[in-house]
Amino acid sequence: MRERMIAEYLTTRYGLPGWLAYGGVALVQCLILLGIMMFAAALFTWMERKVAGRIQDRLGPTRVGGRFGWLQSVADGIKLLAKEDLIPKEADAVLFRLAPYISFCAAFCVYLVLPFSNGWVAQHLNVGVFFIVAVAGLEVFGVILGGYSSGSKWSLYGAMREAAQVVSYEVPLGLCVVIPVMVAGTLDLVAIGNMQRGWGVNWLVFHNPFLFITFFIYALCTVASTNRAPFDLAEAESELVAGFLTEYSGFRWSVFFMAEYGSMYAMSGLGSILFLGGWHGPIPVAEMLGLTYANHAVLGWLGDLLGACNFLFKAFLGVASMMWLRWTLPRLRIDQVMTTCLKYCVPLAAAMFVGTMLWTYALPGGLLPRSTPMGAVAEAPPWTAPRAARGE
Amino acid sequence: MINWHTFFFMLFATITCAFAVAVVVSANVVRMAVCLIASLAAVTGLYFLAAADFVAAMQLMIYVGGTLVLLVFGVMLTARGPFVSMKITPANWLMAGLAGGALLILLLCAAVSVDAWKTAAVAESAAGREGGHTVARIGMALLGLRVDALEQPNPALRGGMAGYLLPFEIISVHLLVVLVGAAHLARARRTKKPIEPPSGTSRAA
Repeated sequence: MRERMIAEYLTTRYGLPGWLAYGGVALVQCLILLGIMMFAAALFTWMERKVAGRIQDRLGPTRVGGRFGWLQSVADGIKLLAKEDLIPKEADAVLFRLAPYISFCAAFCVYLVLPFSNGWVAQHLNVGVFFIVAVAGLEVFGVILGGYSSGSKWSLYGAMREAAQVVSYEVPLGLCVVIPVMVAGTLDLVAIGNMQRGWGVNWLVFHNPFLFITFFIYALCTVASTNRAPFDLAEAESELVAGFLTEYSGFRWSVFFMAEYGSMYAMSGLGSILFLGGWHGPIPVAEMLGLTYANHAVLGWLGDLLGACNFLFKAFLGVASMMWLRWTLPRLRIDQVMTTCLKYCVPLAAAMFVGTMLWTYALPGGLLPRSTPMGAVAEAPPWTAPRAARGE
Repeated sequence: MINWHTFFFMLFATITCAFAVAVVVSANVVRMAVCLIASLAAVTGLYFLAAADFVAAMQLMIYVGGTLVLLVFGVMLTARGPFVSMKITPANWLMAGLAGGALLILLLCAAVSVDAWKTAAVAESAAGREGGHTVARIGMALLGLRVDALEQPNPALRGGMAGYLLPFEIISVHLLVVLVGAAHLARARRTKKPIEPPSGTSRAA
């Protein structure tokens, strides 16, 4: 709603034409989200190298940009842009060109409905969780198309493995997402986040023991669905050259990786909203400092800003643990991947679903004492344009 | 008058129709599937414009996501060589044209026959203006409680507005039966006798 108010403010106060005000506000939002995604991709590329280096008892990048090699991502980007742009002779050129952008668009669409703080969301959808799960599953299209259109057997193997894996892991992922939604009673991500305000015991992950286990199943399925080691069978450098990425180079290759890192961050963010309180930390710092809308609009806004930092940090921790997992565990075989999904994750998630249902039926109040009752939602008051704009 | 709504409706409708034509015209199975995805994704945009968030997300999940499986089967089952193209005979074109054209004429006749659709409706519903909070209503209706029945002024009509619990259950059981059947058909056949290892070999060797 805020973006509509800003646009109306611009039209009434400065006399901008409607299409310019609305289009400008939409463009600014898109650019901010794109910036977050690009920055995340650049940061995580560098961090991946450092983490991998430290886990393997190396230093990782050290030289570019002085200390810690913090400009390594920029150097990589320039190198990738300057690379020769290859399309194999055997390839289906149209689909080959299109594939990376499909992956990228799917990863970006998740950010459109992902709230970063109380009401800080580009498009406040009533079905936010559902939309994210639906869109995140579309990223695999780019992988399959890229693998198919390359005209190479390694690519096709990678794409087919990816298809089998993602189609299987969508089932337990969907089940794991449904369980906190069932407890919260809404698909609205902002409402789910606001339900967990207060101390850390209000987080949904501590709501009952079944949700606690569900969180770890969700984390596992997220790693598998974002196509990361130990589930990176679509790439599998040691077996398939580079899997679906074999024939890609330069900019298109980097677009695939931006999509991968972007969706890693987005799925971690979704997990932190569904299980870890989203923008409400283990300690309610904003409320302790009095940064609420009840005191002043500006103070409330500052509290939201603090919440956004909290949320970004939680999602960052999620990605960091994904990296930890990647460089610690060896890759699974395809039959082990399928066994993990169908014989362990799906039955476990189903059992957790039934368990949570019985728990909420038997103990609606929960066992742990709560500082605020579950389901008490405090909404920010609607943002109103300054008086001058309203002509008062 | 062109407003944002009309503009985006035209945009998404054009994308939908253009890619639908492209599905018919292209000869490569995988390209067809890609065009189908684009067409169905544009329909999602139309649903969002109509403030039907739930149906839009469903469209993404079921139709766009389901085309994935179509794509995979298109790749796996039809392509013996790389990028195989389908040959279509003129007789196929004729039959398909007749069937498709008949359906199109029927739909167009139906579309222009409703008087209420001939004039542009400017009134926006309160739900549509605020971005369609339809999920809770749909969920309650699936549990057997129609929220819109409370708004129905005519008590005679209100009695007929039952929930959708029974159809929902019937469909669920039906899908479960289909799943069990699929698993039964796809399972590996167990042989009666365990396969003997070929004679002359032993583990020690």
